[in-house]
Formats: sequence, structure tokens, C-alpha cells
Amino acid sequence: MRLNYPSNIKIINVPCTGRVDILHLLKAVEDGADGVYVAGCLEGDCHYVSGNLKAKRRVTYVKKVLEDIGLEPERVEMYNLSAAQGTRFAEIAREFTERIRELGPSPVGSGAKAA
Amino acid sequence: MKAGSHLEKMFAAGHFAVTGEMGPPRGADAGHIHEKAKYLKGMVESVNVTDNQTAVVRMASMAVCRLLLDMGIEPNLQMVCRDRNRLAIQADLLGAAALGIKNVLCLSGDHQKFGDHPQAKNVFDIDSMQLIATCKKLRDEGKLINDHECEGVPQYFIGAAVNPFADPFDFRVTRLAKKIEAGVDFLQTQCIYNMEKFRTYMQQAYDQGLTEKCYIMAGITPLKSVGMARYMQKFVPGLEVTEDFIERLKGVDKKKQGDEGIKMAIEQIQEVKEIKGVAGVHVMAIEWEERVEEIVTGAGLLPRPEIS
Amino acid sequence: MVVAESKPIEEILAMVADFDKILLTGCKGCVTVCNAGGQKEVGILASALKIARKKEGREIEIEEITLERQCDPEYIDQLEEPIANDKYEAVVSMACSVGPQYIAKRYEDMLVFPALNTTFIGGSLEHGVWAEFCQACGSCGIHNFGTLCPIARCAKSLLNGPCGGSAGGKCEISPEIDCVWHLIYERMSRLGQVDKMANVVMFKDWTTSRDGGPRKIVREDLKQ
Repeated sequence: MRLNYPSNIKIINVPCTGRVDILHLLKAVEDGADGVYVAGCLEGDCHYVSGNLKAKRRVTYVKKVLEDIGLEPERVEMYNLSAAQGTRFAEIAREFTERIRELGPSPVGSGAKAA
Repeated sequence: MKAGSHLEKMFAAGHFAVTGEMGPPRGADAGHIHEKAKYLKGMVESVNVTDNQTAVVRMASMAVCRLLLDMGIEPNLQMVCRDRNRLAIQADLLGAAALGIKNVLCLSGDHQKFGDHPQAKNVFDIDSMQLIATCKKLRDEGKLINDHECEGVPQYFIGAAVNPFADPFDFRVTRLAKKIEAGVDFLQTQCIYNMEKFRTYMQQAYDQGLTEKCYIMAGITPLKSVGMARYMQKFVPGLEVTEDFIERLKGVDKKKQGDEGIKMAIEQIQEVKEIKGVAGVHVMAIEWEERVEEIVTGAGLLPRPEIS
Repeated sequence: MVVAESKPIEEILAMVADFDKILLTGCKGCVTVCNAGGQKEVGILASALKIARKKEGREIEIEEITLERQCDPEYIDQLEEPIANDKYEAVVSMACSVGPQYIAKRYEDMLVFPALNTTFIGGSLEHGVWAEFCQACGSCGIHNFGTLCPIARCAKSLLNGPCGGSAGGKCEISPEIDCVWHLIYERMSRLGQVDKMANVVMFKDWTTSRDGGPRKIVREDLKQ
């Protein structure tokens, strides 16, 4: 499958989304990312039982932090899909890019793009 | 006689006593008190005057008690532990005695969380049980909590509240016994809307000989509407309203629900009068003082016995 | 342990509004255990503050340091080097309120702000949930109440509860709060000690509590 997804997305691999910390998400925003999303396995399908659920809660926490300091919480998001859903992966990438495009560049921005 | 109040004398003479209740105004208008109190005069032995009831600031209970005395109405000074420490409580108790107030009702007090100053710091230096003991010590030993002897010993007829409907039910009669041990002379119960539970409670108290040791008054509050009944059922912790009360109110036209509530209150009084150990009724007609006469008359309790 | 929670970020942002260089200090004691002011929380707050300030177009420089404890003078000394060379305009402490007071006492000319609200002495009920268990009255008598504290855990600190607002095992102030007196009754029943609850508990002596004035413990055997 040679699926296209927007080139502005920078992928950071982690063994499980349970490894994604609040600080990772915040640092991305701090360093100028216009948006950050976590692509985890489908709920109930975590190889480590609850990694994706933990990630979801952390994303929610970061959304709250952004809201508190006057940034759009939509700049951070959690998505769930399986490793077999390549099409969905590309779709999410387009969908999220579109959302961020509508929000415009992050006011924190220093040129660095996405994560 | 402990204090020789009219209420105490009525009990001593073996009469079925009636007390009323009024809430002071949220302002300095003494006229308001005269207006409300006139409906209670001659209807009841004495009138409870609430103390920042439901943690809402109102005119001081003690001041209103004195105004009632001026009107020829005997007051029951309610005192809560939420707003004063042991210094203020004792000072107020001594002051009350000097003003001629003889009946004191000792309460813990509703938490301020739902009142009009939820930001307030509460006190709870002592609790209602210890407040009873404080009154008793002042009266019987002439001493303050710190054993200092009073110059001029106050006389009180000591009251408190009990709630047969709060949990755990099995402990409720024990708690009543504790209030007697602490020194209470009379008790008023929470409003009764579960007659079965009240009967069970009174039977236990009677069996343990507690009704011989203090006068227990059944709490009666007439229901104004289905809405009020539902509110009390759902939102007042420690208050039980059985469905039969609500069903009966539902059975009449909305405009007639108030009248039905009064009728039910009258029937309740007649019912509790027959329960062993019930020495009187405490009629709490909240913001409905003008209907007290109807209730007391309906229950066959008027005219109130004359006593010297 | 002492349980604390972060102040709202808006409040902290307002505290540091006038500064461009601050020192953010965490504590590895209680506040690390209750996830309020340890190394990790220091990192998160620092990042959030930086994001907020970048957004305003006025960046803030934040040095992060997490001390072993902030309630011990010897560890406060570790701030000597960062503070000494006048690099920072203010210190924000993420310890319980003892921390900022210690720092302020040690560095007299430095502005020091608390980033946490010190909330209570308690423990965790589950991961992410903490509750109050002690009010530090200075004269523990919990063994008389089924080893449950009515002073800290009853909304009215009653010594002769439960009050008339106890319903279904819950407190009148919130269905989320257990009525500790209901718990005391259940435990005393289990232990066969309900008869003890029939005794009136008399006046508590509050001199050992905060009411006796700020408290101090002196251990002559340990003093140097």
C-alpha cells in the first residue's frame, strides 16, 4: 500500500502509546508544533492492556492545560486505529492536518512543524 | 423544677405539651417578628427560635427570644455549635439566663456548606452532646466548663433534637440515651414522615426506660405540596418521607394540597399522641405560622391548659 | 503525607507575570508521592508556563531543580549556587507551603512564590485519588473511635456522632463523602465494642492543636 498522507506530519515512534507522557506532548507544543496527536491501538486491543487508555487520559490532561493558558485544546488529539488500517491512518493524518490548518499556526510557533 | 419555665411546668403537670417554631428575619426588622409571633401566641407553650438556621445569617436568636418574652411568649433559645467556641457559648448562655430565657435547645448546627456564607470558617469546638453537658454543669454545679464557679447560677430547662430517621438506625436510640446521660430534659424529633419507623424508635426508647427520663416531643411539619414532600424526600439528608404521604397529597387538586397537608399534620398529631412515651408535639410550620392555630385546634389541643 | 495540588496555571502565570527568569523548584518528599510537585510535575509546569509566555511573545527562562526535601535547611542550601549569581528574579516552589517559606527565610532578598495549594494530611485511596485522614490535633485518640478520626473525617468534627444528617452511610454535606461516624459504628460493631459508644465523650482539649498557637517540638536528645 502506497498511501499518501500530508508531508507536514512528523512521526515519532514509540513501542506503545502508554509510553507517551504529558511532557512529550507539551514539549512538542512548546517547541512550536501547531498540533500533536497520538495514534494508539483500538481501545480494548492494547498489547499492554491499558497503554492506549493511559495515553487518552494524558491527552485529556494536556488539552486542559492548553485551555487554561488560552490555547485551543483541539491542537492535541487522541486517535485509535489498528496496525492493519493503513487507509484510516492516512485519513486521520489528512483530517488532523485540515483541523490544524483551520485553527491556523500556533501562536507559540517558532517555525518547527507538527510532530 | 429545673428552671420553672412554662414548658417545664406543663410537662410536670402531665399535660401533652405543644411547642412551635419561628425563624428570625434576614434583617433588622423587629416588626417581622411581631407579625409572625402573634400567630403562635396562646397556641403553644413555647416557641423555638432558630439560630442561623441552615447556616443562613439571621437576626440573633437571643435577641428574638427577648422580643418574644416582651410579647408574653415563652421562647426556646436554639443554640448551635457551628458558630461559637466554648467561650462565646458560655457567655451567651449566661446572658440568656440574665434576659429571662429559660428553655435552651442544644444543637450541633447544619454545616455551612449549604448556607449563605459557605466561605465561613466553622467552629465546632464542642458538639451538641457537650453543649447539653455545659448547660447542665452551669445549672446543677454552678460551674463553667473550666470548673470556675459562676456568680449567679443560671437555670435552664435543657432541650435537644433527635433524628429517628438518620442512619445508622440501630444506633439512634443509643444516641438519645447519650443525650439523657449528658443532661437533657426534653427532646424534639426531626419531622416525622415515616410513622412506622417512629413507632419502632419510640418503642425501643420506651423499653429502655428512656421515656421516663426525659420528655420526648414528636416533630410535626405540615406539607404544603407534593413538590415540598418530594424535595424533603430527595434532598434533605436524614429525612425520610414514605410514599403514602406523597400519594395522599397527589390525590387532591393542587390548590387543595396545602389544606390536605394541614389535615395530615392533624392526623399525625392524633396518632403520635397515642404512642407510649410521646410527651408532646413540636409543630414546625415553616413560614406558615398563620396555619398553626388550625393545626392545634384540629388536633383538639386548644385551648392550652392554664397553669400557674 | 502532606497532600497538595497544583494551583491553577492562570494563578501561577499571574504570579510570574513580571519576571523573565525564574527558578522552579520541586521537592522529592510528600509532593512527589502525591504527584503534585516532584521532578515530573516541575517539567510539566515549566513547559506549560513557557508555552503560555511564548504565546504572549515574551519568553520566560525557567531553570528546573528538584530538591531532596524543601522542609530541611540543609537541602535548601543547594539553591545557593543558582540564586547567588543573581540569575533569577524569583523562585517558584512546588513543595508544600513549608518549602517556599524555607527558601524565603534562607534567601532574604529573593521573591518566592508557592505553586501548590497544600491541602491536607492524608493518603491515597487509589492511583490519582487522595483523601484527608488527619487534622494534626496533636493528641491522637483514634483508638477510641474504632481507629478512625472523627476530627478530620467528620464535617463537624463531632466527638459524639453521628449527627442527624447521616444518611445511607454518607455525610450530609456530600454523597461523595463517607459519614465517618457510620464507619465508626460499623467498626465498633465488628469489634464488639458498640457499648463503648454509649459513653458521652467530653470536651476536647485543643491546646495541642493549632488553637494553642504555632507548635514546636524540641527533642533535647537530638539537638546539637
